[in-house]
Amino acid sequence: MAGHISPKSTYYAVFAALMVGTAITVAVAFVNLGSFNFPVAIGIAITKATLVILFFMHAKYSSRLTKLFVGTAFFFLVVLLGLSLTDYLSRGLKTYPGGAAGAGYGVRTEAPAAEPRSAGAAAEH
Amino acid sequence: MSDAIAAHAGSHGTHAHHNDLQHHFDSLEQQHEAATLGMWLFLITEVLFFGGLFLAYTLYRVWYPVAWAEASRELDIVLGAFNTAVLIGSSLTMAFAVRAAQTGKQRATVVWILLTMALGLVFLIVKYFEYKEKFEHHHVPGPNFAFEGPQAGPAQIYFSLYFLMTGLHATHMIIGFVIMAVIAWMAHKKRFTPEWYTPVEISGLYWHFVDIVWIFLFPLLYLVDRAGHFA
Repeated sequence: MAGHISPKSTYYAVFAALMVGTAITVAVAFVNLGSFNFPVAIGIAITKATLVILFFMHAKYSSRLTKLFVGTAFFFLVVLLGLSLTDYLSRGLKTYPGGAAGAGYGVRTEAPAAEPRSAGAAAEH
Repeated sequence: MSDAIAAHAGSHGTHAHHNDLQHHFDSLEQQHEAATLGMWLFLITEVLFFGGLFLAYTLYRVWYPVAWAEASRELDIVLGAFNTAVLIGSSLTMAFAVRAAQTGKQRATVVWILLTMALGLVFLIVKYFEYKEKFEHHHVPGPNFAFEGPQAGPAQIYFSLYFLMTGLHATHMIIGFVIMAVIAWMAHKKRFTPEWYTPVEISGLYWHFVDIVWIFLFPLLYLVDRAGHFA
């Protein structure tokens, strides 16, 4: 029943990889990659999470049903993020070339002007 | 375990039931599989629980990139990186705790879990000092919030999400700490065998999940724009 028992060396290797990943994500954050900083940071985080799930959480050695459950978590996360973002992020797009913009146009370009209340609080400070 | 199962394979009259086998399961394997699946099912709901906050984070970051860059620089990158290392270390000790339980080393199980709890405590103490600093600098959303410059409004949204996400994570850490205390006590009482160590395994799943949440929170909150792209 003990299932798969990983050798200690596997756990040390995963731990080392996670620490190296952390060091890389900190180092690369100080390099100006423009709009690529965000996807790089997320990519490293997904890699680290995958290592934890596969080896620390034993998903690699689990039954196919358990693996299906693990996949389900990420399927629904992708639905949650994907469908919501396609809505919000496309609101500023024009409905056809040269045509009127869709509902919510300007949401993304609105200048985040100082709000009176917050500015007041800052002044008090 | 094969002995226990073999004895059980006969009639249900007089038999050598494995002590930890519940009556509604055929075998310890099946019982372990059911518990593991149940834990993963719970973790699916947890992924979506945190997922909503990650969605809100992503939207506001797209809308207010400059505020995100400025507010993120207020966080202490050294403390954040240190805490990331601490949590990864606690995941390692947790993995060793499960391994010790699998191999029937009860004392080692207790020691590894106590180490996991100690690292969890270190994380929470560091978090306490980070929160304390936020209160001192008026970076806590609310009437006393203060932030230099025109980004004060959206910066307050950033800090709202910062406290919501790290606060929810810290709550999970505290719950995990209590669970680990129970598991350590059970291991101390020699409740686990290589045949039955399910509570150690599924508590480990929970602990690793909380670690994964932080693996995402660290770059998303602390490392938004350290390169000065929006400076």
